[in-house]
Amino acid sequence: MADAGAGSLHGGDSALSCLPEEQELSQRLRRLYPAVNQEETPLPRSWSPKDKYNYIGLSQGNLRVHYKGHGKNHKDAASVRATHPIPAACGIYYFEVKIVSKGRDGYMGIGLSAQGVNMNRLPGWDKHSYGYHGDDGHSFCSSGTGQPYGPTFTTGDVIGCCVNLINNTCFYTKNGHSLGIAFTDLPLPAMISNQFMELLQEYIQHLFKSNLYPTVGLQTPGEIVDANFGQQPFVFDIEDYMREWRAKIQGTIKRFPIGDRLGEWQAMLQNMVSSYLVHHGYCSTAAAFARITDTTIQEEQTSIKNRQRIQKLVLAGRVGEAIEATQQLYPGLLEHNPNLLFMLKCRQFVEMVNGTDSEVRCFSARSPRSQDSYPGSPNLSPRRGSNNSHVHSTGADSPTCSNGVLSTKIKQSCSKYQALSSSSSSSSSSSPSSVNYSESNSTDSTKSQQHSSTSNQETRHLAFLSFFYLSDSEMEMEAEHYPNGVLENSSTRIMNGTYKHEEILQTDESSMDNCPQRQLCGGNHAATERMIQFGRELQTLSEQLCREYGKNTMHKKMLQDAFSLLAYSDPWNCPVGQQLDPIQREPVCAALNSAILESQNLPKQPPLMLALGQASECLRLMARVGLGSCSFARVDDYLH
Amino acid sequence: MACVLEAPLRMSVLSEVTASSRHYVDRLFDLDPQKVLQGVMLLYLLQQETSSTELRTECAVVLGSLAMGTENNVKSLLDCHIIPALLQGLLSPDLKFIEACLRCLRTIFISPVTPEDLLYTDATVISHLMALLSRSRYTQEYICQIFSHCCKLQHWHSCGFKSLPQPLLCANGPDHQTILFNHGAVQNIAHLLVSTSYKVRMQALKCFSVLAFENPQVSMTLVNGKHKVLVDGELLPQIFVKMLQRDKPVEMQLTSAKCLTSMCRAGAIRTDDSCIVLKTLPCLVRMCSKERLLEERVEGAETLAYLIETDVELQRIASITDHLIVMLADYFKYPSSVSAITDIKRLDHDLKHAHELRQAAFKLYASLGANDEDIRKKIIETENMMDRIVNGLSESSIKVRLAAVRCLHSLSRSVQQLRTSFQDHAVWKPLMKVLQNAPNEILVVASSTLCNLLLEFSPSKEPILESGAIELLCSLTQSENLALRVNGIWALMNVAFQAEQKIKSDILRGLSTEQLFQLLSDSDVNVLMKTLGLLRNLLSTRPHIDHIMSTHGKQIMQAVTLILEGEHNIEVKEQTLCILANIADGTTAKELIMTNDDILQKIKYYMSHSNAKLQLAAMFCISNLVWNEEEGSQERQDKLRDMGIVDILHKLSQSSDPNLCDKAKTALQQYLA
Repeated sequence: MADAGAGSLHGGDSALSCLPEEQELSQRLRRLYPAVNQEETPLPRSWSPKDKYNYIGLSQGNLRVHYKGHGKNHKDAASVRATHPIPAACGIYYFEVKIVSKGRDGYMGIGLSAQGVNMNRLPGWDKHSYGYHGDDGHSFCSSGTGQPYGPTFTTGDVIGCCVNLINNTCFYTKNGHSLGIAFTDLPLPAMISNQFMELLQEYIQHLFKSNLYPTVGLQTPGEIVDANFGQQPFVFDIEDYMREWRAKIQGTIKRFPIGDRLGEWQAMLQNMVSSYLVHHGYCSTAAAFARITDTTIQEEQTSIKNRQRIQKLVLAGRVGEAIEATQQLYPGLLEHNPNLLFMLKCRQFVEMVNGTDSEVRCFSARSPRSQDSYPGSPNLSPRRGSNNSHVHSTGADSPTCSNGVLSTKIKQSCSKYQALSSSSSSSSSSSPSSVNYSESNSTDSTKSQQHSSTSNQETRHLAFLSFFYLSDSEMEMEAEHYPNGVLENSSTRIMNGTYKHEEILQTDESSMDNCPQRQLCGGNHAATERMIQFGRELQTLSEQLCREYGKNTMHKKMLQDAFSLLAYSDPWNCPVGQQLDPIQREPVCAALNSAILESQNLPKQPPLMLALGQASECLRLMARVGLGSCSFARVDDYLH
Repeated sequence: MACVLEAPLRMSVLSEVTASSRHYVDRLFDLDPQKVLQGVMLLYLLQQETSSTELRTECAVVLGSLAMGTENNVKSLLDCHIIPALLQGLLSPDLKFIEACLRCLRTIFISPVTPEDLLYTDATVISHLMALLSRSRYTQEYICQIFSHCCKLQHWHSCGFKSLPQPLLCANGPDHQTILFNHGAVQNIAHLLVSTSYKVRMQALKCFSVLAFENPQVSMTLVNGKHKVLVDGELLPQIFVKMLQRDKPVEMQLTSAKCLTSMCRAGAIRTDDSCIVLKTLPCLVRMCSKERLLEERVEGAETLAYLIETDVELQRIASITDHLIVMLADYFKYPSSVSAITDIKRLDHDLKHAHELRQAAFKLYASLGANDEDIRKKIIETENMMDRIVNGLSESSIKVRLAAVRCLHSLSRSVQQLRTSFQDHAVWKPLMKVLQNAPNEILVVASSTLCNLLLEFSPSKEPILESGAIELLCSLTQSENLALRVNGIWALMNVAFQAEQKIKSDILRGLSTEQLFQLLSDSDVNVLMKTLGLLRNLLSTRPHIDHIMSTHGKQIMQAVTLILEGEHNIEVKEQTLCILANIADGTTAKELIMTNDDILQKIKYYMSHSNAKLQLAAMFCISNLVWNEEEGSQERQDKLRDMGIVDILHKLSQSSDPNLCDKAKTALQQYLA
């Protein structure tokens, strides 16, 4: 799960305080620094009671600093650092200090310093220390002699310090007015190249040590300052400054030169789209796409269709049939992948409990088994994390199921080609498109939240895809020119009409509360017995695997979880009931699909997803090594 | 009419060609009269009610393309009366045709050769244009663009902001702003600020920046007129502030800042409002940064200079924002030595903007240093600042010279700088040169600067006088231009302060008695005050008083009487009484007062005046007259006692005003001695 964003969604809550001020602080910090993973790199929230000279006193939640030394000369200077260094993923970091009292002489310094810098000094005097001093308005850049920088400051003034981790500069503000750059070339990590991973790790460790902390220093009695790390709204409009940099970085990305050989770029993009479609078995779409872009598909049409069929079986919960089909179409595959087989079998057991697997379904009186209809969505999102499922909640009653989304995509990328609808209609007639509505009695149209999240995820992938694709000027099209209805039709036909089944699928498993016929193994006694027998077989298989390959904790856990379902009278509403969620079929389906592809010497992941993953991982790495621009170039920004 | 029948085909071909080929457009307007005829033909077709709308639209499109050619093209089209023809076209019901006409009109009106007044010849045109604003995003864009180009104040180009003391007259009569305003421009254009089209938003914004410039009426309406102008539930200033956001296009930020600046200067927004202090000002400072284009930097600096010109707090904030003072020094580095070598194109570009950059920087420095001594010091400490000003004073470009003088003027308000850097750089030399044969607008500022350089503590005073300043200043007092008269007499007043006899004589000779009296009867109170000030300075130290009074006594006494009898304000009368007090300090001059009963009665009158200042000034006269160590004091004391002055003195010695009380007691003591 290389989704940096997912971490930050939780990270902000790591401070376990429920005070309203704390909440406001957390909210503001999350809004200002959305790219920061606060579990990995916490943000400064107060001054550190440990990391200070003893002439410094702290109060008011460690936000107020006062001087309590003699203040005779510069040897009596004292500083305090914040609890945490500034994470690079902030991109732009800002804090403010209000001068409550200038005390005797107002020898106050505000700035930054690295851990370990002498605290018996004002910020700026030493190496890795930077400060702006109130008595003379000078800036001190790791030196005992200051440079004329800005105005002096005194009681009542609010001084802000902004660290720009993109260009490694720092500027101050006074009462909301920017005073201009004070320091350039802050010792924040800038470049990293040709490093081996081990060295990289070491380097990262080193960087964490030399990171800069917000720091204040005082030198004469009576001096008191208050910090604002986000507890209060800032006097200076830092968000406006961030907006400018966000626009700058996004402009850079947008204008990034992609080389002279445009044709190559286009071919690559087409390949990415095509391979994505093929990977997930969007067979007809892939064919149509190949036709209009005049490209070829590596994999054979029948092979794609086979995979599609197997995927549909898994997603429909008919794992037994899927295993059967796999063994038939790809002999030896499962035998060589005992772990995969075990996973499938475990799933099959769960589906038996669910009443969806054909082994138990044949006992069901509800409907005859239909060989050529596979209710369920093959549009699985291969890289979704479980923690995402509750994040994206869209209008549940909207008809945007995965295929609907896909049709939008088709509209965007293919509508230019007039011949499309007619050509695709031929393909639709050849594909298995019979819809078996009789399978389901109740057609509850409300879709589960999880399901809409699936389609949401799908949208994002496709939007990402279209982002690459449409950025090629030659392929740019204006969707608005094409009337909706027609295209909706044509694209539905491309999708073979099969995906309408989704709604039917939903009624079986997901409407938890008002579905009276939801019983163990469909409520059929014979089926239950079959299930128990299958469970025994599974147990045997597990033991056998254990003997052959050694203990496997994962297997154990899977088995345990699956069997636990039987311990509850209502498995759907139990602590392990999550397993019965159709969404859980997706990882199984993806694993099987990847294994099949691998066995055919095809990439087990589509290049598009690799690129997406690489982009996310790259941003995460940038954050770790201190390249601040990562905070304004989020993959998410391009996925909707 | 075979030609008309064929036309649709040919027109469409032509419009395609013209749009893509500038060269071809220019050739259409060859010297060959046959070719000019084509334009006439197009116009003829355009106006034919009988021709189809398609054809007429094509004509308008082609004419629009022609107008995009050289200025000569536009001139020829104007000669063919294209504007009335196009305006007529706007009455058509066909939107496409209207849009084509507007587009062509837009192209013609943005050309510098088109007189703006042509839009205002028919009163119905403006209201019709306002009505067309609702038709489409194209009509919106073009009409706003036409308005913003046909509503220019004369001096917007010439000096960027108003700083000259005399009122600037708009050359175009009841100004365009008012005409557009009266036609509901604010209400009609306001909602375009949130249009979905960027071009429309931008043109509407530009329109407001022009409408509001130096116009309190428009500015007040933009903030909160009688009928509050709300767009999407927001007041216009809020919308302008949103357009200032740093991720908005620079052009939008800058134009929006100009709107807010105009509104602030017109008094519609307070100078301490956060949208000025925390938004507009920082935005304009950013426009001056090196990252911006040269044009943007010029406009940013000029607008900022205008914004902060009269407000010391804004000047202070600007002076600390983003190292503005240092940043401006960069404006003088064009064309840079690098650009000269590496890139001819860049050199050309730099050269073109070099003057503009320098004058903008001088203007902004002038505004920054207008009031605060610390800021002036910081400006002068900027690298080579004084050299740059000195160089600027002798540049060929009037704009640069004017701005340089203005900057010098602003800095010359500092006593410390007059004594140091002004002297070190012999600023007076180029300044005196500027004063020779300069246009009035430069003369006004330069002479004003000279006033400061002639202050008694200024080391430049002597060399300036030696180079013939008195003659020059005397000639200024005869100018038609009020500001020049004020500055001339003001400078002379400064020169006369504690000056030696010879200089005083030079002034009197240079001015001539007639001119002096001319000035004393000047309609402007400033001139009068400074002339009185000059007299007062001339009449100081006893030998000087006696000398001058012996030669000009009669006339001066006449003038004094006249002023004391006339309808003048307190300050003028006080100044006049002070002159009398000075005269009373003379040895022989005293007699001119003592023998003038009229004057004595007036002094007595002012001793009991309700205004303490005048009482005090009158007391000075009496005090000088009764001073008993001097010859003839007894007689004078007696005479004044007889007039009842002593009684008044007794009364005043009981006064609650300590100054008056002291003065009265001292005078009474003279009687006792």
